[in-house]
Amino acid sequence: MRSIRAAAVGAVTMSLALAATACGGGSSTGGGSNDSPKTLTYWASNQGASIEIDKKVLQPELDKFQKQTGIKVKLEVVPWSDLLNRILTATTSGQGPDVLNIGNTWSASLQATGALLPWDAKNFAKIGGKDRFVDSALGSTGAEGKDPAAVPLYSMAYALYYNKKIFADAGIAKPPVTWDELIADGKKISAKGKSVLGAEGGNVSENIHHTFVFAKQHGADFFTSDGKPDFTNDNIVAAVKQYVDLMAKDKVIPTGDAEYAQNQSVSDFAKGKQAMLLWQSASANLKSQGMPDSDYGIAPVPVQSGTPGTGTQVNSMVAGINLAVFKNTKNLDGATKFVKFMTSDDEQKILNTAYSSIPPVKTAQEDAAFNTPANSVLKNTLATSASALPQVASESQFETTVGTAVKNLFAAVAAGKAVTTDSVKAELEKAQQQMPAA
Amino acid sequence: MTTTTTAVQEPVRANPSGTAGGSGRRPGRIRRIGLPYLLLLPALLLELLVHLIPMVIGVVMSFKELTQFYIRDWTTAPWAAFDNYKTSVEFNAPVGKALLHSFFVTVSFTLLSVGLCWLIGTAAAVFMQDTFRGRGLLRALFLVPYALPVYAAVITWVFMFQHDNGLVNHVLHDQLHLTDKPSFWLIGDNSFYALLTVSVWKGWPFAFLIVMAGLQNIPRELYEAAALDGAGMWQQIRRITLPSLRPVNQVLVLVLFLWTFNDFNTPYVLFGKSAPEAADLISVHIYQASFVTWNFGTGSAMSVLLLLFLLVVTGVYLVFTSRGRRTADV
Repeated sequence: MRSIRAAAVGAVTMSLALAATACGGGSSTGGGSNDSPKTLTYWASNQGASIEIDKKVLQPELDKFQKQTGIKVKLEVVPWSDLLNRILTATTSGQGPDVLNIGNTWSASLQATGALLPWDAKNFAKIGGKDRFVDSALGSTGAEGKDPAAVPLYSMAYALYYNKKIFADAGIAKPPVTWDELIADGKKISAKGKSVLGAEGGNVSENIHHTFVFAKQHGADFFTSDGKPDFTNDNIVAAVKQYVDLMAKDKVIPTGDAEYAQNQSVSDFAKGKQAMLLWQSASANLKSQGMPDSDYGIAPVPVQSGTPGTGTQVNSMVAGINLAVFKNTKNLDGATKFVKFMTSDDEQKILNTAYSSIPPVKTAQEDAAFNTPANSVLKNTLATSASALPQVASESQFETTVGTAVKNLFAAVAAGKAVTTDSVKAELEKAQQQMPAA
Repeated sequence: MTTTTTAVQEPVRANPSGTAGGSGRRPGRIRRIGLPYLLLLPALLLELLVHLIPMVIGVVMSFKELTQFYIRDWTTAPWAAFDNYKTSVEFNAPVGKALLHSFFVTVSFTLLSVGLCWLIGTAAAVFMQDTFRGRGLLRALFLVPYALPVYAAVITWVFMFQHDNGLVNHVLHDQLHLTDKPSFWLIGDNSFYALLTVSVWKGWPFAFLIVMAGLQNIPRELYEAAALDGAGMWQQIRRITLPSLRPVNQVLVLVLFLWTFNDFNTPYVLFGKSAPEAADLISVHIYQASFVTWNFGTGSAMSVLLLLFLLVVTGVYLVFTSRGRRTADV
């Protein structure tokens, strides 16, 4: 009889406990607090050639931070393929890291969710003020007119990487400055049996980065000034067609690249199979694949005519990584201190050198380490001829829909189908229809 | 151990005169009837917690306008009534049209995949029925695709399907000269066949395993009697093996159907976030509708529609196959 009663009591207790947990979880919408001042969780994006390399780069710096402040930082390096999903899940559940890296193009989209701490004047004051950062980098931290959702951490720009030996063999004296020159050089390179230019036709984000620049060069924007998608205007269609035609008509991008989505084009370049590559801050990546710095040159991305600049002379997006604080953090002060630490001159020099990126912090940028020929091309591009991707709430949907449209167009070329103005327009129209109405 | 059993049995056998414990007749009975329910309560609550509540939440989500602006606190998301469903089934508009296309792709893919899995699995199981040297080894070998981790297996296929240096093109084009130029398998129209190949490769060992188990239950004497009556191999399979396997096949085909229809891992690893149109399976399509475009309401509505469709198919299937069996038994 006693064991029955025990069982009954057990059953009731367990039921109550279950009911309590069921009601308990979930609702965690409060702002930040300072309930656990001794620890921080940090999600870093994968910047080096592998996650292991990132851990090796970051851990000593985190140890330094612990020594200074007594706060232990738990590091997790999240691969790019998972990062946005992880952030979305964290946003929905309220259970996430304290500090995290975000791709700077996501800033406005994530800002709209309200999950990230807004960097108003008061918060900026805690890390030394807004004017420590370069303007172009600040332009990619959230929608215009709102407090930034994140702080710039690493800046990158696209450049044209070219194989010096292949260029010499083909009798090309200097890297192409315009697309026409690139196509002309391509004929000489093809004649020597090498492929000309690499592309990641199956990678939605890469497609967006390039078509964005082509659109700028055609004087077009993907969004109207009040934030509505406008993908089918004639200039956008011409821009997308020009990019796809590099494979279809000009034959400088090999058709095999249509299915590339895992940086195979970087490997092709590093192995010396391919003469040119349009990439952002590729040096560290190329080195890890066994290509020494001396084998390749770095030049600005070509333009339609003239030299890179603003307006239709833009030749790169403002690429980069921002550092954000999760609004639900239980260690708000610690998180702010960590952002201050990561954006300090010393850390900026160490980290940006390790990742071959450019510091978005003015004072750190002046360091000699960022004046090498490679870095000065990137720095110059960022300062004079780079433009931020549209800072609208539906930016990540735009990347997916238009990026997929370009992927489909490349697939069509690979399958031997013709790409016409009409077929480009049809794909873009489909992309636009998938955009949220708001 | 023994004490527990007797203790549990005690109240069931408690004598009807109500003398036990001295309490009145009524409360004693309530306690006696109530106890089993009380003991079931934790299990019931757990079932609710891990099974039903997430499903209910999913259904509730499908009635909300759950976009990026509300995911942080989705109780604040406005009610959308049937708007999400309307968007999903409006087949003239782009979203509905894409969903319908994806649905047809999935149906044809599932029918082909389940058919081939069943055919290959059954054929292999029948051939393996008689003992011969090396049978155990072959059986183990056949089960390897089923035992491999999905990601590792599918990513290997991705490498094999690559255009420039994949094994498939090397064999088909470079060695056998079956195609005039290397084909693309991971983009464009061929992606459907690539997906089908991987799905069948991954799924048939399960059919093989189940049919093999079913075959063990068919008495040897039936075959011997049939052989005496002059039935050949084909006759034996048609008149003995297949009818005896009927109950096994009923479950096997249903399970394969549901798994294949809902399969997410294979297309996702094969093609990534945006699948080519020819191989746009519904599970990835729904994932894209919710995670990639951040519209969880529409994604949920599509999931609920998918659930309803699968419920109907399963119900109809079970009614038909069971009825057929009952009349056959009579």
